[in-house]
This record gives sequence, structure tokens and C-alpha cells, in this order.
Amino acid sequence: MFVTAASFKKTFRRDWRDWITFVLFAGPNLLLFVVFTYYPLIRNFLLSFQEYNPIIDKGEWVGFSNYVDILIQDTQMARIMQNTLVFTVSVVALILVLGLLTALLLNQKLRFRNGVRSMLFSPAVLAGSAVAVIWLYIFDYRFGLFFQVLKYFGINSPKWLLDPQWAMVSLIIVYVWKNLGYATVIYIAGLQAIPADLYEAARVDGAGAWQRFRNVTLPGLSPVTFFLGVTSVLNSFQSFEIINVLTRGGPVNATNVLVYRLYEQGFTEIQNYGRASVVATLLFVIMFILTLIQLRAIERRVSYA
Amino acid sequence: MGISAQKTINHVFGYIGMAILVIIIGVPLLWLVSGSMKTNPEFYTATPSLIPERIHLDNFYKAWNQASFGSYYINSIVTTLIGASAEIIMAVTTAYALVFVRFPFRNFVFVMLLVALMVPEQVVILPNFLTIADMGLLVTSSRDLSTQDYIRGWLAIILPGASIAFGTFLLRQYFRTVPADLVDAAKVDGASHWTTMMNVIAPVATPAIATTGLLSFTAKWNEYLWPLIVTFSDRLRTLPIAMRRLLDAEGNAEWGVVMAAAIFVVLPVILVFLYAQRYVVDGLASGAVKG
Repeated sequence: MFVTAASFKKTFRRDWRDWITFVLFAGPNLLLFVVFTYYPLIRNFLLSFQEYNPIIDKGEWVGFSNYVDILIQDTQMARIMQNTLVFTVSVVALILVLGLLTALLLNQKLRFRNGVRSMLFSPAVLAGSAVAVIWLYIFDYRFGLFFQVLKYFGINSPKWLLDPQWAMVSLIIVYVWKNLGYATVIYIAGLQAIPADLYEAARVDGAGAWQRFRNVTLPGLSPVTFFLGVTSVLNSFQSFEIINVLTRGGPVNATNVLVYRLYEQGFTEIQNYGRASVVATLLFVIMFILTLIQLRAIERRVSYA
Repeated sequence: MGISAQKTINHVFGYIGMAILVIIIGVPLLWLVSGSMKTNPEFYTATPSLIPERIHLDNFYKAWNQASFGSYYINSIVTTLIGASAEIIMAVTTAYALVFVRFPFRNFVFVMLLVALMVPEQVVILPNFLTIADMGLLVTSSRDLSTQDYIRGWLAIILPGASIAFGTFLLRQYFRTVPADLVDAAKVDGASHWTTMMNVIAPVATPAIATTGLLSFTAKWNEYLWPLIVTFSDRLRTLPIAMRRLLDAEGNAEWGVVMAAAIFVVLPVILVFLYAQRYVVDGLASGAVKG
């Protein structure tokens, strides 16, 4: 095809107008990302090598000393990492298993199931801080609801949030209670997306209920499970307000996790920006690796049946 | 055993399961509502009841007047409405540009958004705090605030969270399913991109836009960590932060007032959710299954 000067000019003019449109439409969003996501990501990395003085707004280069402080000197760090791992793994496992079970339940043709589904989902839209306030009262070891229920069965109630052994369990209960409905809703949609003929074919082949579940339902749900796994890991990793309201990381750091440590180092009395940046960098690296691992896993395992 | 007997048994188990779910989810919610109406002695008893002795609205009155929840409402409403509107508008325009406008670096822009989606708020919170301080938006005065102080304080809360990655993706996915004929027809008619977006794409994509908007709305309304860090003046606090301060101040002494404050925090979201929950639930679900 010949490209005449005139047609070239015409295409160019149209392209040029498209480019302007693109910049006008996507530009503000991108600009905000540059200022409040990309730039701070770099600045955070730089801050982690500085001793920052907030009063004169100046940093002094100190090499790796903040990293040494946090990763080697800080005796609580091992505990915090362990807490983060325990919290994330328990929460994600419980949400996936319980979410699947409730979804299987509500996927049956039962009356009121849509109402129950909405009710189950409702805690997910409520403010985490308000949910934490409800549970603060439920966990009260002298007057709370759990205390009452356990007493009815003749069991001594643990001191929940005040007991280092039980505080983490309490947080996990609250977090799962709040987010179960979200997993259920997503799983129900996943179940309904599995073609009915697959079940029919399995039945014709003589597969029993368990075999149908094992060979049709579970593989059919794997993309949804993957999606839920990723979002749940990332979300639980970031949970802050429930911890801030219920335990403030205590008692004696029993519920202190990475995000909370970041807040403590940067924004409570301590205000050590250098060390806080090290924790933030750590948080970012871990989340980035998790995302990459999960992306690898999806390539190999997820079925697109 | 016959098929119909098996079915009946399944149904019985199904209803029992649903009843258990309703109790597990419902009792804590009821506990909140009843707690907000209880008097102090009703809290500190060995046998608290799920139903308050009588409907007693003093706690709401106290929270509203003594703890000035009226002014916290204004802060929450202003920051949520402006923040969520900015997100919805930018999600629509960015997604439209990514799908329908030709641009040499379109894929690069898309990857930039992907990366942004992977950067959690907490990782960048410290530098953003410094940026907001450098922009002169931190209001530290505890005296009466001028209009300008309010605007600065609100901007400090709104700005860092105003960009939107997740909603842009949700809409981009949806826009890609819009038949190309529709857009081409508009182009042949000589419609500009703006007209096409407003008159062709937006009406078709209303459910997806509603989902994005509702998600933005609840996320802004419930936001906790960032407003906690950037609001120093009591007059600039949003509802969740104010409730937290009230808990610190009253703690175990005034449970009823704290519970009433928690109701103030969740009520608007509950009302919106009751009215529009199908958009949230179905929208999230379809996004996950297609994605």
C-alpha cells in the first residue's frame, strides 16, 4: 500500500489527537501513582539507609546500620516474623476451607439462601475498627459473650486478648469472621461457573458424590481458589486496624506483626524513620516474592477447564 | 435409600448449616446493636442479655453531643465523597483510554498499573507522610480551624489514596467485553472519545461502574491507618478514628457510648449495602470468576 504524504498526515493527525485524549484520560491517575506510589517506593528504599531527622527534614547516610538494627539486633524480630506467618497462614487456610464449605452449603437449592449469603457477606463491608470494637466486648473475660457461653458449658474462659497464648487466636477468629462471607460469595460464583454437563458426564461414568467433588468441583474451582488465595494473603498481611484496636500488638508482642511494627517504628513515640523504612522494605520484598511464587504456581497448576 | 430420601436429608443438613451460620454472623452484630442501647449496669453483670432492658438512646445522644460526632460525620462525608468520586471518574477514564484509545505506550501504562496494584499502602505510608508534610497539608493546630485549615486537612486525607488501580482493572475487563461495533458506530457518526465514553460505554457498563463506586465508597469510609496518621487536630478526625479515640478515653467506663459510636461508623455503609448489595456481591463475584 502506498503511503501518500496526505494520508500519512491524516493518520498522524488522528494519532496525535488520540494521544492527547489518552494523556487527558489516563494522565491524572498516572500522575497520582507516580507521586504517591512509585516515588515513595524509591524514597522509602533510600530512607532505609539514612538516619532521618524529622525536625530539620534531613537524612544522613548510615549505610546498612538500620538493617543491622532491625534484622540482627532487634530481638523481637523473629517473634514478629513468626506472628506474621502464623496469622497469615491460619487466616488464609481457614478462609479458603470454611469459605468453600459454606459455598457448597449455600449452592444448594435451599430457601432463604440469598438472604443468608447477604448476611454472611455484610461483615466484609463494615469498618474493621468498628468490628474490632464489637469483639473487644465479646472477648471481655469477665463480662463478655464468650465467657458467658463457656461458663454455660462449665468451661473456664481464657483471658483471650490479655493472654499471650490466646491473643493471636482471638485475632484470627475476628479476621475470619469478618472475611468469610467474601470467600463464600466468590466460591459460589465459581461453583456456578462449572458447566453442568461435566457433572452429568461424571455421573454417567459412574462417579460417586465424593469422586465428582474431587475430580470435577475442585479442579473447576482452582482459578477461583488461586484468586482468593492471592487476595487473602495480601489482605491479611496488611491487616492493621483490628490489631490496633484489639491488642496494639500485645501482650508482650504476642500479636505484633510486620505492618504493626512499621507503624510502631514510624509513628508512635519512637519515630525512627530509618528503621521503619527497613520494615517497609522487608514487607514489600516479602509480598513481592509471594506474588511471584503464586504467579509461578498458577502457570503450572491452574486448570482452565 | 431412595433419591428423594437422600434429598430430604441433604436439605435438613442444609438448613441446620444455615442456622449455624446465621447465629455465628448474627449474634455479634446483634450484640453491637443491643450494646449501644444498654446502660452501664447492664454491661457489668455476670449474666448480660442479648436484648437490652428497654430501648434507651442516651448513648447515641452522648456520643453525638459530648464527643461531637456530628463534626466527625462532616469530615467522613467530605473525604469519602470527594475521594470516591475522584476514584470513579479516573477509573472510568483510565479504563476507557486503555481499551479504546490508541497510544504507543498503552501496554507500558497497563504494566505500571499492575505494579501499583502490588504495592500495598503500608509500604509507602512513611514517605507519603513526608510528602504531605512537605506540601504543607498537615494541620497541627488544636485551636479552632479556619476554612483553609479544613481544606488542607481534608486534602491530606484524600490525596494519597485518590488514584485507583483495582477499579481500573475491573472496568478494563468489563469494557473489553463491549462489542467493538458499538464503538465503531459512534466513531462513524463522528462522536468524540468523550461523547463515546459518556453516551455509549458508560450506560452499557453501569453495573460495573456501580460496583467500583461502591467498593471505593466503603474503602474510603472505613479507612483507618492513613487518617490515623495524618489527623492531629480533633476537628479533622474521621469517624473510625474518632471512635478509636473515644474508646481510649472512655474505654471500659462507657461501653454503651463506644458501641453507639461504632453504630455511627457502620450505619451509612449498612444502608448503602442494603440498597445496593447485589452490585457489590455480583460485581465482585463476576470479577473474580472472569479474572
